[in-house]
Amino acid sequence: MVRVDGSGSSASLVHVRGLDKTYTRGGEVIHVLQGLNLDVDSGDFVAFMGPSGSGKTTLLNLLGGLDVPSAGTISVAGDEITHMSASKLTAWRARHVGFIFQMYNLIPVLTAFQNVELPLLLTKLSKSERRQHVETALQVVGLADRMRHFPRQLSGGQEQRVAIARAIVSDPTFLLCDEPTGDLDRKAADEIMDLVGRLVQEFGKTVLMVTHDPAVAQRAQVTLRLEKGSLVGALEGASHT
Amino acid sequence: MKFLPLIIANLFRKKIRTALTVGSFAVSLFLFGLLAIVRGAFSQGVDVAGADRLVVINKVSLIQPLPLSYRDRLLRMSGIKLVTYDNWFGGVYQDEKNFFPQFAVDLEHQRAMYPEFKVPEEQWQAFAGDREGAIAGQSLADRFGWKVGDRIPIKGTIYTGAWEFNLRGIYQGTRAQDDTTQFWFHWDFLDERRAFGKGDVGWYVVRVTNPDLSVQVAKTIDAEFANSPFETKTDTEKAFAASFVKQMGNIELLILTVGGVVFFTLLLVTGNTMAIAVRERVGELAVLKALGFSNRFVLLLVMMESLTVAFIGGALGLLLAKLFSLHGDPTRGILPYFYLPPLAIVTGVAAALLVGVAAGILPAVSAMRLRVVDAIRRV
Repeated sequence: MVRVDGSGSSASLVHVRGLDKTYTRGGEVIHVLQGLNLDVDSGDFVAFMGPSGSGKTTLLNLLGGLDVPSAGTISVAGDEITHMSASKLTAWRARHVGFIFQMYNLIPVLTAFQNVELPLLLTKLSKSERRQHVETALQVVGLADRMRHFPRQLSGGQEQRVAIARAIVSDPTFLLCDEPTGDLDRKAADEIMDLVGRLVQEFGKTVLMVTHDPAVAQRAQVTLRLEKGSLVGALEGASHT
Repeated sequence: MKFLPLIIANLFRKKIRTALTVGSFAVSLFLFGLLAIVRGAFSQGVDVAGADRLVVINKVSLIQPLPLSYRDRLLRMSGIKLVTYDNWFGGVYQDEKNFFPQFAVDLEHQRAMYPEFKVPEEQWQAFAGDREGAIAGQSLADRFGWKVGDRIPIKGTIYTGAWEFNLRGIYQGTRAQDDTTQFWFHWDFLDERRAFGKGDVGWYVVRVTNPDLSVQVAKTIDAEFANSPFETKTDTEKAFAASFVKQMGNIELLILTVGGVVFFTLLLVTGNTMAIAVRERVGELAVLKALGFSNRFVLLLVMMESLTVAFIGGALGLLLAKLFSLHGDPTRGILPYFYLPPLAIVTGVAAALLVGVAAGILPAVSAMRLRVVDAIRRV
């Protein structure tokens, strides 16, 4: 259940209260997010939409511990992350967050296998255990036969699927997707969204996604609109109503 | 070790650039190696000099002789247990460019005075039994393809005329840095044949009973011959060798200056390369941080890349210098101690790593300070 009115309990997987984010540019203070509340339960699939500059990516960065808020609190799975030190936040990210970026952001000099293995290098898993996890993740995204390929040898859709495998390989608490289909054609975008949908339905993943594309947003259970730094409403996703 | 593939993959990202940077290190360290060899060639005589040996020369200059009669007077002095003498011959073998040092030596005490040079007993006996006999160092024999039994013609320049010697033996050094380019023959043979300076020696070498008293013994020797027609100047063998080096100018300063300029240039080149390498990968480094890699890890990753390039390039350059030195003195006699010592190799590797650290530190710190949000926005 997704709530934006502050009525959710602190037991929610993602629990945000009074979130503010301001930037100062050229002496001007810009309020990107203002007093934002959000509660997301485990297994929810939420899309954030809104015009450019409305704060969608900023919100995603704050939820993923990549940025710190000007005010307010964010708790994820009981961990209050807003006051964590930089090093603790880094370790927390490795354990709890899977990122999927618009531009895939794979390391071009590493194979698909090595890219997916990256988050596991931070764990104490043995080499054979890492191999097992990576192969499983690549099977889930349907690229088990491409694990020795470099990113340049893959299509855009395949690259994004490798990125998704990298995001899920360490079994994070939730996935944050920033325009995951923004650089793909419609067919590849549909395939990616089918995959994300499977991750929610079959594997119970929690997904928070930013998108400009209404068709992509329709795949989410709930679509939240961000305007002028505030969440102004919730729409049920077409595919799940 | 599990991060090694990441470091290697990054090094192979731009193969030509990595090869050129490694090449820069290799060329610089090769040059460093050569400079160390040249420095060693000039100072090795100082380094290998016997701690218990003094050299007694004419106070006026080395080319002025001393009388043979000083030998017995030296032996009578307290603190001295062995005396020998030599003469510089200065002949030419076939062509003037074939320079090598020739010494007329005191047959009786040569081996006792210089135990670092080894000659097989039967060869020494053959040398002793042949008035025209000679002994050559191994490097010298290798250089001209001489073997025992060969007849060696040498044209005298100081003691004019055609001189011929029978090669009766070949000596080896007991240490890698020992000079094996010398040619020895009987002092008696020289004295018998020369037209002038009969009964004179070029210099004396004295072994003292206690090296701690060397300076005192040297003063005693010079005092003994003061106000005579042949006043002496006595130094430890080390100081004597060092005075030769000084005559060539401040080699140490020259080498330090050239080496310093080379390393500073290398620092600029490598630093620029590393900075470019980091700038190109801002997005990737940000992704690593987003995935949970710490700032410290990113710093170490960039530093390891810089150090790996420095180490491989440095090791390659020093290896080439070592291989080059194994071929012997390319100047054919001017640098008889053509040898790259282990200490120079260690110093070279350390210097390369130091440049690697200096070149990598600024890009590494900037990578460490990179804000993920800003970097990903730039991608």
